[in-house]
Amino acid sequence: MDLEAIISEAESLINDATDAKVLDQVRVDFMGKKGKLTELLKGLGKLSAEERPAAGQRINQAKQQIQKLLSAKGDLLRDQELNAKLQAEKVDVTLPGRADKVGGLHPVSRTISRIESFFGELGFSVKSGPEVEDGFHNFDALNIPANHPARADHDTFYFNPDVMLRTQTSGVQIRTMEAEKPPLRIISPGRVYRNDYDQTHTPMFHQVEGLMVDTDVSFTELKGILHDFLNHFFEAEMTVRFRPSYFPFTEPSAEVDVMGQNGKWLEVLGCGMVHPNVLRAVGIDPEHYTGFAFGMGVERLTMLRYGVSDLRSFFENDLRFLKQFR
Amino acid sequence: MKFSEKWLREWVNPSITTEQLSEQLSMAGLEVDGIEPVAGEFSGVVVGEVVECGQHPDADKLRVTKVNVGDDELLDIVCGAPNCRLGLKVAVAKVGAVLPGNFKIKKAKLRGQPSHGMLCSYSELGISDDHDGIIELPADAPIGQDIREYFGLDDVTIEVDLTPNRADCLGIRGIAREVGVLNQADVCVPEIAEVPASIDDSREITLQAPEACPRYLGRVIRNINLDAQAPLWMQEKLRRCGVRSIDPVVDVTNYVLLELGHPMHAFDLDKLDGGIVVRFAEQDETLTLLDGNDVKLNSNTLVIADSTKALAMAGIFGGWDSGVTEQSQHIFLESAFFAPDMILGKARQYGLHTDASHRYERGVDPTLQRKAMERATALLLDIVGGEAGPVIEGVSEAHLPGSPMVSLRRDRLHKVIGISISDKQVEDILTRLGMDVEKTAQGWQASAPAYRFDIAIEEDLIEEIARVYGYNNIPDVAPTAKLTMSESVEGNTALNRYKALLVDSDYQEAITYSFVDPKAQQAMFPDMEGMVLPHPISSDMSVMRVSLWPGLLQAVSYNQKRQQSRVRLFESGLRFIPDQGAPQGVRQEAMIAGVISGTRYNEHWTLEEQAVDFYDIKGDVEKLLALSVDDTSWRFEACQHPALHPGQAAAIYRGEQLAGYVGAVHPKLEKTLGINGKAFVFELSLEVITARQLPQAKSLSKFPANRRDIAIVVKDDILVGEVLTFIEKFGANQLVGLNLFDVYKGKGIEPGYKSLALSLTLQDTDRTLEESDIQAVVDDILAKLANEFGATLRD
Repeated sequence: MDLEAIISEAESLINDATDAKVLDQVRVDFMGKKGKLTELLKGLGKLSAEERPAAGQRINQAKQQIQKLLSAKGDLLRDQELNAKLQAEKVDVTLPGRADKVGGLHPVSRTISRIESFFGELGFSVKSGPEVEDGFHNFDALNIPANHPARADHDTFYFNPDVMLRTQTSGVQIRTMEAEKPPLRIISPGRVYRNDYDQTHTPMFHQVEGLMVDTDVSFTELKGILHDFLNHFFEAEMTVRFRPSYFPFTEPSAEVDVMGQNGKWLEVLGCGMVHPNVLRAVGIDPEHYTGFAFGMGVERLTMLRYGVSDLRSFFENDLRFLKQFR
Repeated sequence: MKFSEKWLREWVNPSITTEQLSEQLSMAGLEVDGIEPVAGEFSGVVVGEVVECGQHPDADKLRVTKVNVGDDELLDIVCGAPNCRLGLKVAVAKVGAVLPGNFKIKKAKLRGQPSHGMLCSYSELGISDDHDGIIELPADAPIGQDIREYFGLDDVTIEVDLTPNRADCLGIRGIAREVGVLNQADVCVPEIAEVPASIDDSREITLQAPEACPRYLGRVIRNINLDAQAPLWMQEKLRRCGVRSIDPVVDVTNYVLLELGHPMHAFDLDKLDGGIVVRFAEQDETLTLLDGNDVKLNSNTLVIADSTKALAMAGIFGGWDSGVTEQSQHIFLESAFFAPDMILGKARQYGLHTDASHRYERGVDPTLQRKAMERATALLLDIVGGEAGPVIEGVSEAHLPGSPMVSLRRDRLHKVIGISISDKQVEDILTRLGMDVEKTAQGWQASAPAYRFDIAIEEDLIEEIARVYGYNNIPDVAPTAKLTMSESVEGNTALNRYKALLVDSDYQEAITYSFVDPKAQQAMFPDMEGMVLPHPISSDMSVMRVSLWPGLLQAVSYNQKRQQSRVRLFESGLRFIPDQGAPQGVRQEAMIAGVISGTRYNEHWTLEEQAVDFYDIKGDVEKLLALSVDDTSWRFEACQHPALHPGQAAAIYRGEQLAGYVGAVHPKLEKTLGINGKAFVFELSLEVITARQLPQAKSLSKFPANRRDIAIVVKDDILVGEVLTFIEKFGANQLVGLNLFDVYKGKGIEPGYKSLALSLTLQDTDRTLEESDIQAVVDDILAKLANEFGATLRD
């Protein structure tokens, strides 16, 4: 049989092969033990020694040629098969995934943690303390003696005359100053309590207070750090004013207002230079050290930041409200 | 403190608008809380006189009047007010007038009679809520004058929220002084002349407690006419400061209170028995107060007494028996100085708070008593007539507060404020504030005027300078400090890490009140008495939580009632366990707690809807505990807890320390707590769980690991946890992994027994384990399990 015809036949069969099995049969038919090319090779012995090498070479070339065709077709079939398999495995990528949803932090926590991080970067450490407080730490050490009118303003929840729910986190500052020596930079976030409940008051709310005591802390620095904080907290250049006020534990004292989007001033902070009596009460020499302190209402800041309109929604724990915060 | 802007401007009148004035006050520390017009908006209302007044022919309650408003013609007006009468001067809204609420006055007929205008009441003009008839103007009111002009109604009431240190501004005089300082404007102080005595009547004054009352002035005024009324201008000023007119004596003392900031009191002279004694009350001495209430006095309370009895609570409240009444003919006026320390808190002790106590607690000018007395006498005599006796003064100079010299160091001022303010400015500010200033080597010495009794230390002066200088003129400066690193303990897991883990496990953080409903708490923790708030907001917020569960379960109930059936909440915060041994009698322990209820997953197309069970919440707890790295120290023990299902509750131990509980809420509590269906809770003590081990890396074996699965059969009551712990403990060194992959009961297993399928992973650090080694370990484990638990190998 003519080699060309064999190659041509093989080529045609390879082209027609539709799967690996058929293709393999083609290989067996031509290159197997009894394959057509194998038979031709066996027939070489009948040729003369002169003719034999050339004929052998031709047959081997044909064999290589067919082998190449087989292999290319094999690759093609495997690709097709894989493609078909992959096609069959196709999924609807728009169907919802199986993982749990993520929950969220309470917006008040979120604000506290942002405040912690702003002040943390400046080396303020976070301190906490008891919420059932004694009169010394909640009032006396803060230069609010018994019967001081400021005590009446606090709407304190008393358990007895000397035990109460803290009305501010300032007790933490006192405890820190009792335990550590300046320089001090701390903030104390936490729950505080006042006996008041209406549209704009809840009997429990959160404060973050801050304190810095060092040898040369000044009112200009208090202004600087708070303005900086407000700019960062709201991520905007805030219009801010410091309004003289009075707190028994600071002097000079100020309340800080920010200009709201409606053009009205909104009070967000109270602050001042730590009163010398407060430093003395914890054994720090006010001649050597000065300090500033500030306190902010977390709910108020949270409301402004995230557009919460009802203070009471913070403590209803309605999932529909909470799930907006992720 | 509410005051009338017009009144203030009689004292000091800078050329600034109301808004500027308000801004200025706020920025000086006298925070303006509100500005209200003193009357409604109206126009076209004038003074008129009723010149004819007859009965309406067809209506019993109406009168037909003719009113002279100074126009060419008299106005026909029908009026229904009972006090409408001939000769009365009235406020007439003429046709075309517009009253508050855009109410237009038109020509009308009332029951057939023409009415060309309206006679107005105070409430109709938005002046007060007095609608008892029409306004009765004084006889000398000029006919035809616009009522707004006549009353001076183009005025506002400004309310300032004064801080406790600025008691000097609790009167027009003080605010005027402040405005004068801020505007560098002159304050015109009305002349207060001495009223000469026309009679000799006097009473002896004895100061038995001069430390509490170092100055007491009294004056007898005889033969007064209490039928008289305070003049309209006075009533109007009082009204615009939020004070109602009562009778001439009260009105005058209130007027002086508002004008000078000095409280006064008047007694019915005939009710006084002998002289005045200012003394502390006898313990339990009784006094009937002006409001008719009887009080038992404490011996710490200063009283004004006569020779036999207490007459009034000094500086706080007058007494009923000695009070001025319509029948009083002679009075005894009091103008006293009481030491603030002696008055502080006393009113509150009796549940009282009065204008007088508010001022005396904060302090009044100790030099003002005589001025106040003369001012009140003059005003009073003008209204009620009568004869005044001499001013009698009881005084203990030694006990009167002086004006201390306060020194101010230039360096200190600079250090506290952070900028240097020129000497000239400092001196100017202090002088404007009424202080006597002297230069010293280091700075200044200043003595404050008597009315600025709040100035006592250097910081007070610094604050005054900063305030008047203007806080907003002081620059913002970034603080400087030495760079030091903060302590960070790697051996503790931060609370935020636990929170993050729960948030990422689809929990929502809750914040519930620290005070809870005692009924709910009692039902869950019958053996614990939470701290009770004596004055709670409401009874369901009246006891401090002993656990975070009551609040969380209330939140579950709240959400279930709002179609939120799948609830996953956590909270961190303190619980309050009464303990007499602890500070404040309570252990305040930081906890982290959670609750789940509803389905295991959000409804999903691949997932079968399943209700959560014990192992869901236990899994979440195990995740939290895994943060400790310290895996082997945790132990879950079945337990009985009154809030939990008796068969689905575990106490969690770390070694011997109780870390908390996890379990199903006891079904019998569902109704009490208002929850629907099963809820599972956990609560862990942060103190116990926080410590974590620092990881200590071990070198990894180079040799292959081998897994062998075994299935053993044990009695059903054998605790799987114990089996696993036992294997981990005794299962040979080469055992590097142990996992329970199936628990089976049912067909093929004898009732009362269960099959546990375990995978054992074996690996040696030094060599490849031979089949025989592996088999030996497995056989050993099986033998030990047989011995310890009666376990058999499942066929």
